[in-house]
Amino acid sequence: MNHKTKAISFSLAMLMSAFAWNAQSYADEVTGVELPVMLAEVSPANIFNVNLKKPKSRNLPPAEDGIHDPENEATHSLQHPLDAYKGLPTSEYGNYVDWVKALDEGKLRPRWDRSDPNEEPFVLDLDIVRPVKASVPDVVFPHRQHTEWLYCSNCHPAIFIPQKNANQISMSAILLGEKCGVCHGKVSFPIETKTCRKCHSKPKPADWTPPLSEATLKNPWK
Amino acid sequence: MSSKIKRNVLKSMIIGVLAYMGALGVPQPAQAEYADVVINNYADAAGMRPAVFPHWFHRIRFRCKVCHTDLGFAFKAGGNKIDMAKIIDGKFCGACHNGEISWSVENCALCHSGIPGQPTHFHGSTVQRLIAPAYKPLQDKDAKN
Ligand code: HEC
Ligand code: HEC
Ligand code: HEC
Ligand code: HEC
Ligand code: HEC
Ligand code: HEC
Repeated sequence: MNHKTKAISFSLAMLMSAFAWNAQSYADEVTGVELPVMLAEVSPANIFNVNLKKPKSRNLPPAEDGIHDPENEATHSLQHPLDAYKGLPTSEYGNYVDWVKALDEGKLRPRWDRSDPNEEPFVLDLDIVRPVKASVPDVVFPHRQHTEWLYCSNCHPAIFIPQKNANQISMSAILLGEKCGVCHGKVSFPIETKTCRKCHSKPKPADWTPPLSEATLKNPWK
Repeated sequence: MSSKIKRNVLKSMIIGVLAYMGALGVPQPAQAEYADVVINNYADAAGMRPAVFPHWFHRIRFRCKVCHTDLGFAFKAGGNKIDMAKIIDGKFCGACHNGEISWSVENCALCHSGIPGQPTHFHGSTVQRLIAPAYKPLQDKDAKN
C-alpha cells in the first residue's frame, strides 16, 4: 500500500463511520421516548437480501422480455416460449424444460443433420467418475446425454483431453465459464443450488470424512 | 405525539417515498429466455437493431452439433463476427435462413429485433448472475472487433 491508497482508505473508513453514526442518531430520533423500541425495524439501506435478484416471472413472451424491442412489429410475430414448451417435461431452472428427458421420452426429435431428418446421433454410453475432495458427492460425467446433443469434437480436445482424470477441473473454473462451464451456465442447465446434485450425483462412501487441513493437523495447541 | 416526532415521522415517510421512486427508476433486469444471445458487433453502428438468437427455439429443431460442428459456430457470443455478406453466402445463419430450410434473409426484422444499444451478451448466464464477477482479461482471440 502506498501513501495515497492509505489516505483514501482512511477517508473511506471515516466516511463510513460517519454514516453509521448518522444512522444511529437518526434511529434514536425516530424512536424517541414515546414510541416503543422496535428491534425488527431496519433502515431502508439494509433491506433483506440486497444481492439476490429473483426473477419475478418466467418464460415471458419476446415483447415483454427486456431484450426484444416491442416497437419492432416483427417482435410480436415471434413465438411465445410457453407455446413451444407445451407437452415437454419441466424442470426448475434454465428454460424450465428438462431437455434430456424430452429427448429420452421422444417428445422432441431435433435434427442431427441440417437437412436430413433421419440421420441418427453417434451416442457413446460411457460414464466418467471424478472423485471430489470436498464433502459434496462425486461428479459423474455421462457421455450418453452429451453425445445425444453434441459431437465428440465439440469437447475433445479443445475443452477436455479425452483421458480419464487428465483434466484439472474446479468449481471456480466452471463458474467462470471454463470446462463444464463452457456450456453449463450458458445453454445447458445453469449452476445454482438446485442443480449441484445433477453433476454431484455419486454419494460418498458411508465412512467418508472430509480430509483435515494441514493447519489443523500441525496445530501445536490441539 | 409531540411535534418533533410528527416531523420525524413525516421525514421518514418522505425518505421512504423517495427511496421507492428511486427503486422504480432503476432499470429492471431483463427476463428473457435462458440462453438468448444478443449479437451487436456491428448492427447498431449500421443503424439496425441488434440481432437476437434464441437457443431454445433452435434446439427444439436442431441438436447443438448441427451449428457448433457442421456450421462452425464457435462457443463464443459475438465471437463468430457474423455479418450480412457471410449470411447471403450461405454461412452461419445463412446456412438455414435461405428460403429452403427456413424463411429467407429478407425478413430482416425477425432477426434484428433487439432493443438498440444493448451490448453483445448471453442472457441469463451464470457468470453474469454472479454477485462479484471476477476480472477476466480479454484475450486476443476473444477480442470483439
Ligand atoms: C460434453 C463434452 C464431451 C463430449 C461431447 C464427449 N466427451 Fe469424451 N470426455 C469428456 C470428459 C469430461 C471426459 C473425462 C476427462 C477427464 O476425466 O479428465 C471424457 C473422456 C473421454 C475418454 C477417456 C475415457 C477414459 O476412460 O480414459 C474417451 C475415450 C472419450 N471421452 C471419447 C469420446 C468420444 C468418442 C466422444 C464422441 C462420441 C466423446 N468423448 C464426446 C467430455 C466429452
Ligand atoms: C459442449 C457443451 C457441454 C459441456 C462442455 C458439458 N456439458 Fe453437460 N450437458 C450439455 C448438454 C447440451 C446437456 C443436455 C441437457 C441440457 O441442455 O441442460 C448436458 C447434460 C448434462 C448432464 C445430464 C443431466 C441429466 O438430466 O441427465 C450432466 C450430469 C452434465 N451435463 C454434466 C456435465 C459435466 C460434469 C461436465 C464437465 C465435466 C459437462 N456436463 C460439460 C452440454 C455440455
Ligand atoms: C456442470 C456440472 C457441475 C455442477 C452443476 C456443479 N458442480 Fe461442483 N464440481 C464439478 C466438477 C467437474 C468438479 C471437479 C471435480 C474434480 O476435482 O475432478 C466440481 C468440484 C466441486 C467442489 C470441490 C472443490 C473444487 O472446486 O474442485 C465443490 C465443493 C463443488 N464442486 C460444489 C458444488 C456446488 C455447491 C454446486 C451447486 C451450486 C456444484 N458444485 C455444481 C461439476 C459441477
Ligand atoms: C437470419 C437472421 C438475419 C436476417 C434475416 C438478417 N440479418 Fe442482418 N445480421 C444478422 C446477424 C446475426 C448479424 C450480426 C450482428 C452484429 O454482430 O452486429 C447481422 C448484421 C447486420 C448488419 C451489420 C453488419 C453488416 O453486414 O454490415 C446489417 C447492416 C444488417 N445485418 C442488415 C440486415 C438487413 C437489411 C436485413 C434484411 C434484408 C438483414 N440484416 C437480415 C442476422 C440476420
Ligand atoms: C441453430 C444454431 C445453433 C444451435 C442448434 C445451437 N447453437 Fe449454440 N450458438 C449459436 C449461435 C448463433 C451462438 C452465438 C455465436 C455468436 O454470437 O457469434 C451460439 C453460442 C453458443 C455458446 C457460447 C456461449 C458463450 O460463452 O458466449 C455456447 C456454449 C453454445 N452456443 C452452446 C450450445 C449448446 C449446448 C447447444 C445445444 C443444446 C447449442 N448451442 C445449439 C447457434 C446454435
Ligand atoms: C440449422 C439451421 C438454422 C440456423 C443455422 C439458424 N436458424 Fe434461425 N431458424 C431455423 C428454423 C428451421 C427456424 C423456424 C422456421 C419456421 O418456423 O418456419 C428458425 C427461426 C428463427 C427465428 C424466429 C423464431 C420465432 O420465434 O419464430 C429467428 C429470430 C432466428 N431463426 C434467428 C436466427 C439467427 C439470428 C441465426 C444466426 C445467428 C439463425 N437463426 C441461424 C433454422 C436455423
